[in-house]
Amino acid sequence: MPAGPQKHGGASVETDHRIEVFLGQLLRAGVVLAALVVIVGGVMYLRHAATGPVPDYKVFHSQPVEMRSAPLAIEASAEFDPLAIIQVGLLLLIATPVARVVFSIVGFSMERDWMYVGFTIVVLTLLIFSIAGDPQKLFNR
Amino acid sequence: MREVGDSSAHYLCVKSSGRCAQLNAIEFTVVVALGSFLGGLLGALTGLGGGVIVVPLLTLAFGVDIRYAIGASLVSVIATSSGAAAAYLREGYSNMRVGMFLEMATTVGAISGAMLAEHLPTSTIAIVFGVVLLYSAWNSSRERDELPTAQPPDKIATFLRMDSDYPTREGRIAYHVRRVPLGFALMYVAGVISGLLGIGSGSIKVLAMDQAMKLPFKVSTTTSNFMIGVTAAASAGIYLHRGYIDPTLAMPVMLGVLGGALLGARILPGAKVKTLRLVFGVVIAAVAVEMMYQGIRGHM
Repeated sequence: MPAGPQKHGGASVETDHRIEVFLGQLLRAGVVLAALVVIVGGVMYLRHAATGPVPDYKVFHSQPVEMRSAPLAIEASAEFDPLAIIQVGLLLLIATPVARVVFSIVGFSMERDWMYVGFTIVVLTLLIFSIAGDPQKLFNR
Repeated sequence: MREVGDSSAHYLCVKSSGRCAQLNAIEFTVVVALGSFLGGLLGALTGLGGGVIVVPLLTLAFGVDIRYAIGASLVSVIATSSGAAAAYLREGYSNMRVGMFLEMATTVGAISGAMLAEHLPTSTIAIVFGVVLLYSAWNSSRERDELPTAQPPDKIATFLRMDSDYPTREGRIAYHVRRVPLGFALMYVAGVISGLLGIGSGSIKVLAMDQAMKLPFKVSTTTSNFMIGVTAAASAGIYLHRGYIDPTLAMPVMLGVLGGALLGARILPGAKVKTLRLVFGVVIAAVAVEMMYQGIRGHM
């Protein structure tokens, strides 16, 4: 059997490549958006806190609950809390690879590659599992 | 033995030439951003990634608790991997199917690593970090055999439709993928390390694909870069829930590393990578030893 890229369901290497390029642009757009939100929050934070003390990073105390949960962070950012806005930016950043995985599912579906649609759904499920809830809490009943 | 900070709750000390300079919030933010920028730049030029520099920088130089440092580093890893993706995906080297299949292993690994981080004492994490750092430094200074040898087809890889080709000046060269189960297992380990230490584990991913699965080197590196963001996102979600990600710290780190990495990618073609890697390897080895030492002493 000759070596070479295998064709599957009528798709070709070119389709693969177009999907890849799109995914790359999607990722870049996500990072740019997330960075802008983080910059906005950062500037707001520094304007208030500029000459004040540095938070104590030497001792670990877990973040306040608004910083740890996505819905609460979004709510707090609506009140223009700078730290919550930064946190929303970070959430957008974490969501960027997730979006890429979602679009990979679309891409494989377009190529009718159901095996890889399956694999990608597994990855998406794992991502949602980790981002939506702390697995610790699920396991320590 | 060096003290890395005074115990005042409000001001952070940075030791330089034995004197303690007190920083306020904006000064600290700027210093961290500059340090992260340098880290991102060197990480991109040497291929080691920004994470391996950011965590030691924050913990050793600024006395930041290692959990906050890892959380911030993880965020920067997602940013650089996703930000740079467009550039290397455009070239057409990366193998989407290999990447997607192996991502199942790395995401499970990342979740495992993040959960493991909850239970390991921070001094142990510091020691593990030092060991991985040493391995990365050693690995990056090794000679790379660029010419791929032709591989016979592999049953599992053929079934998974992984075989593909990559562009060269003479046209597209086809390759076969080998030893998928071994690659899968190594990817799980890479994921655990990424989730535990807040780094991209690119060197381990490349090892798995290049050595175990016999992919051409450029295919391995680009596919690895493609996977790093997803792996880091898997553990970042857990870190966020645990409160390991501090927004005021993650903000300068993310922006600094991102800026440095983008500049690094731009100047990479003209840079003397070999000299850089050698010098950097030595520095990283010293940092690795320091981290292990501080970890063993229980000061992390």
